[in-house]
Amino acid sequence: MGVPLNPFVIMIAAALTSNMVLSNFLGMCSFISVSRDIKTANGLGMAVTFVLTLTSVLNYIVYYYILVPLNLVYLRYIVFIVVIAAFVQFLEMVIDRFSPALYINLGIFLPLITVNCAILGGVLFMIIREYNLIQSLFFGFGSGAGWWLAIVALSAMRMRLREKDLPPQLVGPGITMIIIGIMALAFMGFSGMLPVQ
Amino acid sequence: MEIIISALVVGGISAVLAAVLTVADALVNNYGEVNITVNESKSYKVKGGSTLLSTLAGEKIFIPSACGGKGSCGLCKVKVLSDIGPILPTELPYLSPKEKKDNIRLSCQVKVKGDVSIEIPEELFNIREYLSTVSSIEDVTHDIKELFFDFEEEIRFKAGQYVQLIVPGYGDIKGETMRAYSMSSQPSVKNGVELLVRLVPNGIVTTYVHKMLRVGDKIRILGPFGDFFLRETDSDIIFIAGGSGMAPIRSIVLDMMEKGVERNAYYFFGARSKRDLFYLEEMKEIESKMPNFHFIPALSDPLPEDGWEGEVGLITDVVDRYLAVQGDEASREGYLCGSPGMINACISVLKKHNVPEEKIYYDKFG
Repeated sequence: MGVPLNPFVIMIAAALTSNMVLSNFLGMCSFISVSRDIKTANGLGMAVTFVLTLTSVLNYIVYYYILVPLNLVYLRYIVFIVVIAAFVQFLEMVIDRFSPALYINLGIFLPLITVNCAILGGVLFMIIREYNLIQSLFFGFGSGAGWWLAIVALSAMRMRLREKDLPPQLVGPGITMIIIGIMALAFMGFSGMLPVQ
Repeated sequence: MEIIISALVVGGISAVLAAVLTVADALVNNYGEVNITVNESKSYKVKGGSTLLSTLAGEKIFIPSACGGKGSCGLCKVKVLSDIGPILPTELPYLSPKEKKDNIRLSCQVKVKGDVSIEIPEELFNIREYLSTVSSIEDVTHDIKELFFDFEEEIRFKAGQYVQLIVPGYGDIKGETMRAYSMSSQPSVKNGVELLVRLVPNGIVTTYVHKMLRVGDKIRILGPFGDFFLRETDSDIIFIAGGSGMAPIRSIVLDMMEKGVERNAYYFFGARSKRDLFYLEEMKEIESKMPNFHFIPALSDPLPEDGWEGEVGLITDVVDRYLAVQGDEASREGYLCGSPGMINACISVLKKHNVPEEKIYYDKFG
């Protein structure tokens, strides 16, 4: 395993050229539903980044040190989900105990993330693309940061739109989908920047 | 062989994670013993770490909650006197600016991590879970049953309040289901409660009550809840009800009779045709005993065979006509109980006749 790619390149690529939500359309549900307000969007973005980074590493270890040696690769989906769920629970407890301030900004979003497909998607990409541990770490962080960037940008636009006159048919989900489409087009523009997936 | 290994691996990984979580729960989530002070009078020693709602439930103090602590109904508000940190984003949508200032919090979102002092309405101390035995079931109309539930201990409630019936899972319905029903019995009946249950098509609890519940069955009941009760003023009372909305009004009227309240009261009861009317005899009897109480049943679609000679028309029109005849000088209070559609329509009629909105109390049967 191990594609000789600079981890930084992977990180930038994950954040911009193959953005989790705008190029791969993962994590759409929370992307749309929690983007009404920039503060909560920011909190969720932070939480996703945090969890994606750490679960990538954790699942990397579980995959290459338990599943591969035992020839149980086909169990990866169920194992990844269980690891993510348990980790999120654990994290919530720890944050709640040791950092009330962080808990208020980030902790309450953690349970939402357990079932966020961007997290599982990130882990699966890491496996399919055969990244090594360091690459996975940077990839996880980059994917999370890309998701974070996208949701903050979307929520900022939605907040501005709130005071604008829109055709009544477009208010709410309609205009949001259009904005997401345009954002995805814009992010496509990055794809020439880096020759990686 | 492979199957065994895969089962062992998945099981092993889950077991390790579960062990880590359990240990973390014991170490990290352990806030030791804390004191909860309620209304500055009662104090409870409890284990910290859970939400305020579930901790209080453990002490048999039941804060009303319709969603069961998911943070989606916004009913479980309590006033917190001690500092327990800023309001969480999950609470924000349910709190008005005034509530935020008064430090009202959602008890299902707030965790007990240290000593807490809270303030709750005294009535909540009366809320308990009762194990009841069904002692009678009677059809009062084609789709409404009158049931009496015997309690082993006494219940104290205000006329007009409701209880929650806890029905076990049956058929395809997994788990328990709770639904609210108003007492139709008066508070002086302390050995149990009488409820009116109308059969709702595909209703989980109403179907159970109508099709499966038998005399002698045991059923759990939680209560009493609610702030739909008679306010102590001198204003004229306008009661409006339809269908099983009869229940809380009947309780209030019987309570008034027992207490000798002599306020002017008009009770408008709406039904489609004669087969939807019930308790007519009883209401007539109360009318004869209480000179200031007037019962006005109205049918919207009387059938020819009903031979109906009373009021005809939608309940809103009947109320409108009556109030117009009386004039709008008297100060009035409205007490409404029935479907949301009926209540909304009645509120506008009452407002038209100078009943201020804050004096219209209602119990919407969703």
